[in-house]
Amino acid sequence: MRENKVQIERKDFSSGISAAYFFLAPALISIFIFFFIPVIAAFIISFTDFDIYSLGNYNNLRFVGLKNYSDLLNNELFWISLKNTFYFVIVASPLSISVSLGAALILNSKVVKLKGIFRLAYFIPVVTTLVAVAIVWRFIYHPRFGILNYLLSFAGINPIDWLGDPFWAMPSIILMSIWKNFGYNMIIFIAGLQNIPEHLYEAAVLEGASGWQQFKKITLPMLAPTTVFISIITMIGNFQLFAEPYVMTQGGPLNKTLSVVQYMYQEGFRWWNMGYSASIAFVLFIIIFIGTMLQLRIQKQTA
Amino acid sequence: MIKKILLYIFLIVTGLMMLAPFIWMLSASLMYDGHASTYPPRFIPDEFTLYQFESLFSRLNVARNLFNSLSLSIIVTLVSLFFNSMAGYAFAKYRFAGKDKLFSLLLSSMIIPAQVTMLPLFLMLKEMGFINTYMAIIIPGLANIFGIFLIRQYALSIPDSLIESARMDGATDFQIYRTIILPLCLPILITLAIFTFMGTWNDFLWPLIALTDSSMYTLPVALANLMGEHTKDPELMMAGSVITIVPILIVFLVLQKYYIKGIMLGGVKE
Repeated sequence: MRENKVQIERKDFSSGISAAYFFLAPALISIFIFFFIPVIAAFIISFTDFDIYSLGNYNNLRFVGLKNYSDLLNNELFWISLKNTFYFVIVASPLSISVSLGAALILNSKVVKLKGIFRLAYFIPVVTTLVAVAIVWRFIYHPRFGILNYLLSFAGINPIDWLGDPFWAMPSIILMSIWKNFGYNMIIFIAGLQNIPEHLYEAAVLEGASGWQQFKKITLPMLAPTTVFISIITMIGNFQLFAEPYVMTQGGPLNKTLSVVQYMYQEGFRWWNMGYSASIAFVLFIIIFIGTMLQLRIQKQTA
Repeated sequence: MIKKILLYIFLIVTGLMMLAPFIWMLSASLMYDGHASTYPPRFIPDEFTLYQFESLFSRLNVARNLFNSLSLSIIVTLVSLFFNSMAGYAFAKYRFAGKDKLFSLLLSSMIIPAQVTMLPLFLMLKEMGFINTYMAIIIPGLANIFGIFLIRQYALSIPDSLIESARMDGATDFQIYRTIILPLCLPILITLAIFTFMGTWNDFLWPLIALTDSSMYTLPVALANLMGEHTKDPELMMAGSVITIVPILIVFLVLQKYYIKGIMLGGVKE
């Protein structure tokens, strides 16, 4: 804060520019050094054989062209992690968005009183620490002592080893993640619903439109921009799946919950195969980029 | 009428389902070893005890992790609030060459997932000697694009006449920022403060990478680490979860209005 006196004494118009740079400098320099440079560096590293030997001595570093990427495409574990991540994204995202929309519709209707309390109950998991709630759920899913199996026993369902069964592990993580996250999109949907002009519904009622017709012809189209935004941020977030499997299953059983980010973490920070790991990060980035572009294009076509 | 009652029953049941994991967490954290591993499960402790919390603080040194989480969240919040508010203000109220291009470059780079930067960032911070220090968490959090965006959007609505008349009265640019912009931006600053505080508190992957010593761990990292050794101790782990969740819950409950508003701003504007 010492420098400002020197930099901004003049009041004429040209001082505005140097003042602007003064205000921008701290944030932009840190973003440039600690975000943009690492992105570029990661791109370069992904074409090298950066490993534990290069970590000790950078002279051991060699460019290997596309080798990391071709290794990646020939690695079974990578394809497994990619498949698991797509499973999570494709199932969890639409389910979570539907639950968010349903909750928003109910909490936005005029019939419901005490909206604030219910909204709070649905929302609280969003702000809590993912690692902590993943641990709680690990015990909820416990095959012998867990609450879930206990509750299901009343419906005559035999105990299931939720996180230990290759079939059930991913659905269990999906259920927990929907519980944890849907409140966030619910809030955005409520804001979107409140922006729809009331007279549209009044006109529809006059013309005898049913509730379902109103939902299909007014609510959904009017919410379209909100829905696209929500699907993009939900998809991006879900592609970055990491803490849930790390805490609940460590990627198991039989690698059925190993995610791309977890695979990247293991290769990069467990085995120090940093060149290889950087290529995993870039493939993830490309997938997220394509996914976002696709959703934006779909929105443009339907609009 | 019946429809309405059914609706309320549905809301109450689902609301309780949402809260049930927290209720069970709290209840199990107050049990003695082994008392949460029974069939049928206990929802209320048979004997209340603070034993689990005592062993977390005395034997497992969780106070240190709590301190790390708290200090880091506060430092990152304050510093980034300062950096972001200055940049947001400049983007909103100054004219300079390339402004719009720079701003849209920043916005479009938000699509790059943080995981991409982690390897080089780790190497950079290692060269600087910052791995396993607070600096390893503070440095990547100095400024963030979403924060700059939020403040810019808000500062745009501040009338230029206010700024100009202050300038007539001889105020310097920094004085204008401090005495006019910051107070007027207070609501959005509080919103951004909660987002940053919670983001830092809850963050897991980066602290897991950048902090290598258990005395430096933040709570989530300490908790995940503890889980490795205590898979059969739900009571202890629940107490650890309570310690991790309760502070953030208090922050949220006190300032929830601002937090909710922040989500809506990010969501509706875009």
